Amino acid sequence: MSAMTDPPRPSFRLSQLIYDTRYRSITIQVVALVLLCAAFWWLIDNTVENLAVLGKDFDFGFLGDRAGYDINQMLIPYDNSMSHGRAALVGILNTMLVAFLGCVTATVIGVFAGVLRLSKNWVVSRLMAVYVEGFRNVPLLLWIVLIFALMTEATPQPRDFREGGSASMILGDSVAITNRGVFLPMPTWGDGAAVLGLVVVLSLIGAYLYRRHARKVLYDSGRLLPMVWPALAIAIVPAVVVYFAFAMSTGSAQVRLMAADATEGQSVAAYGEAQGSLSVCVPEGTIGLNVQRLLRGQDLRYSESVFATEAMAIDAFRNGDCNMVAVPAGMEQPLLGNPDIAVSALSESTTRGAPVQFEKPVLGGFNFEGGVQVRNSLLALWLALALYTGAFIAEIVRAGILAVSKGQSEAAFALGMRPNRTMNLVILPQAMRVIVPPLISQFLNLTKNSSLAIAVGYMDVRATLGGISINQTGRELEGMLLLGMFYLALSLVISGAMNIYNNRSRLKER
Amino acid sequence: MSDTHAQTVGYVRDTMIDEQPAPVGQTGAVKWIRENLFSGVINTLLTVISLYVIWVVVSHLYPWLANSIWDAGSLTECREIRDATVGPDAPAACFAVITDRWQQLVFGFYPPEHYWRPVVALLVFLAAIAPVLFQGIPRRALWLSAAAPFVLFALLWGGSIWGPVAVALGFVIGFVVYRVLLPLAGNLAAVLGAIIVPLLYWLFLAGPLAGALTSVAPIGLEYVQSKDFGGFTLSVVIGVSAIILSLPLGILLALGRQSNLFIINKISVAFIEVIRGVPLIVWLFTASLLLNYFLPPGTNFDLMLRVIIMVTLFSAAYIAEVVRGGLAALPKGQYEGASSLGLDYWQSMRLIILPQALKISIPGIVNTFIGLFKDTTLVVFIGLLDPIGLSNAIRASTDWNGVYWELFVFIGLMFFIACFSMGRYSLYLEKKLQREHR
Repeated sequence: MSAMTDPPRPSFRLSQLIYDTRYRSITIQVVALVLLCAAFWWLIDNTVENLAVLGKDFDFGFLGDRAGYDINQMLIPYDNSMSHGRAALVGILNTMLVAFLGCVTATVIGVFAGVLRLSKNWVVSRLMAVYVEGFRNVPLLLWIVLIFALMTEATPQPRDFREGGSASMILGDSVAITNRGVFLPMPTWGDGAAVLGLVVVLSLIGAYLYRRHARKVLYDSGRLLPMVWPALAIAIVPAVVVYFAFAMSTGSAQVRLMAADATEGQSVAAYGEAQGSLSVCVPEGTIGLNVQRLLRGQDLRYSESVFATEAMAIDAFRNGDCNMVAVPAGMEQPLLGNPDIAVSALSESTTRGAPVQFEKPVLGGFNFEGGVQVRNSLLALWLALALYTGAFIAEIVRAGILAVSKGQSEAAFALGMRPNRTMNLVILPQAMRVIVPPLISQFLNLTKNSSLAIAVGYMDVRATLGGISINQTGRELEGMLLLGMFYLALSLVISGAMNIYNNRSRLKER
Repeated sequence: MSDTHAQTVGYVRDTMIDEQPAPVGQTGAVKWIRENLFSGVINTLLTVISLYVIWVVVSHLYPWLANSIWDAGSLTECREIRDATVGPDAPAACFAVITDRWQQLVFGFYPPEHYWRPVVALLVFLAAIAPVLFQGIPRRALWLSAAAPFVLFALLWGGSIWGPVAVALGFVIGFVVYRVLLPLAGNLAAVLGAIIVPLLYWLFLAGPLAGALTSVAPIGLEYVQSKDFGGFTLSVVIGVSAIILSLPLGILLALGRQSNLFIINKISVAFIEVIRGVPLIVWLFTASLLLNYFLPPGTNFDLMLRVIIMVTLFSAAYIAEVVRGGLAALPKGQYEGASSLGLDYWQSMRLIILPQALKISIPGIVNTFIGLFKDTTLVVFIGLLDPIGLSNAIRASTDWNGVYWELFVFIGLMFFIACFSMGRYSLYLEKKLQREHR
């Protein structure tokens, strides 16, 4: 009889850690983890030691301190008495602004160039090829510097816009292109602006809903409702109607100029001569704008105080802050009845103004006043980023369209579809799947490249938080860390959104 | 009546008419122009607009270029020559700035008597890269390519020749250790030995060895400091070093990201995402401002080396993503096939997976390299004098104050030639490799 021996018990030997594939992966990972931790510990230890040597600490408290420097372009109120944190926020918004403008423009340029490069027209396709290759193969920095130089060296100075000067404004004297930037008219809101805005938003939603309805009808019943014209009409007509309704009714109401110590019906010019100086209290909005036009039109020098409401402007006038006030017709009564000051209406009058009016830039002194100044730094950066990224997007669009096989369009033609419907319903939906992911990564690149603002002095987040704030406080470690985190967070958010899109638009395979 | 028809025919042609030339509108240039340029309203409009754009550009550029002045000592002299020859206010490019300062744009502040060294270095580099790029060259030349980095270093920076030699010796030692240990102790020990022994050698032996050899036989070129590098020499040195170093690193990162070892995978993902999420310029500022914090107190090393390290890490992350795309595009059967042949991980990667994956990723890799080369211009912001930085320096001199376009044209053209030829090479390679598929 044979004795059964136990099968050899699987015992763990140390060598299995290396030679047994079941355990080897764990060994490798543990070694990697240990090495990583050691490296981190080394770095942090060095940093702590270095900071101690320099007598510095690691503290984000500097964000609350007074910044003390000015920023020449801001989307939110800021002055140099505010904190470094606020300055960083201004910089972040400036980065976002140029990135947004750049992305939109680059997409438009890229789509045009990409489609035109595929055109059968030999001249156009060659031209686009030159554009794409030229911009793709030369450093972005060079383009930024070059476009900036072009804008500052090759455009006229503001003084050339004086009478008899060599330059003149364009688009009906509303836009001035100078070496200090482009001056554009600024929209000013009057009565009914809020209603108008609401109507615009609602009609855009309405247009979207109509399109959705038309598509649903098409898919459900096959009936093809007209899409473009009704949607455009829904989007535009109500806004136009509301605009003119306000402009005709309240907008054309009279606004009178009331002045202290004036004779009834005196002209502004005569009054100004009598008083020596003119100061006017105006309410915010188009009334102020129209009063300004009236006074500037007569070539009068005056000072202006702007108040939030009409009542506040009248109160200030009563207190003697200014010697004139702009009052809408029907609101003169409390003034006229006031026994303290002798108030009378001047001969000139103006109107309340339409819901939206534009304030044109006007040459005054050494530079343009009023309107919006778009600085050359922003323009050069924007244009260079858009043209450079546009060249890359053009290639992406071209590749996307070429990726849709020819059979698709031939099949669509065989079904009797017309060319533009073939493009919209067959080619583009398939091309988009190829185009969108690299497109988004181009947007990411553009956003990151906007940090080249340093070359033209545009005040983006790198210039505020990562530049002047660091120099002033000596907190380069904290500042660079925050700067890196900002860009990283932005990239991760955008690429997260891209992943969602990718998963949604992926071909559903069975 | 029906049969009368035949009688009415008086004449029947019994020979073919000679071929007539096609109508003028249907042949040659006219047909081509009609079909390609004026085939419809929109097409005609596009043609007209394009021709207008071309005309505007050419009419502005041509006189500027045609009147260009190549021989003058300063911008004022240039203007005097222009006034004398083509009249005042005529557009005239003053390319004299290039003839006057091209050495600076190309070599920076490299000592003029040593200008031959970067030139020879470029030739050595081209000779070394040729066997990698083109297959017609004998494979044995690759050994020369392997030696090239050390030769290039000795040429560009100079100093005693024994330093690079001692470093190169480390690789030889590693190879010898591997060969010796492989039959004795197995693969793993051989690999570990081939890593550890050279590391120990570099840390403890290489320095004294080089010093001793230098004192015995002081051979070498004059030492040139990194801060004297500038212009295109600087761009090319940074670009080429980063390109060469980032490719292997990028491939390793891509393998790490595809790996199913949890920790390795997460480390690679975190590294790639962090590097890619932050602009290069922020990394460069980190290199110049913060690196001193992270290293032991008192360490201070070359700014150019820091830049090369940062640019390498940066482009490695991008290359990792490109290679990952290539790895993901391979059918799963390739991985399974490699496993079924009994190949281990590194063998299957080296022999089966990577050759195919890299082939797919070539366009992306070359694009990354082009981007990297263009991005070398960003070093101007941390105080290195790349061509754009030098153009500012040239403009700051009294002679050439006010010269913009000529410098931009020259720098842009140089970059265009370099990047465009890289792009063309990628297309050539793509085509060549595609042919093998069929």
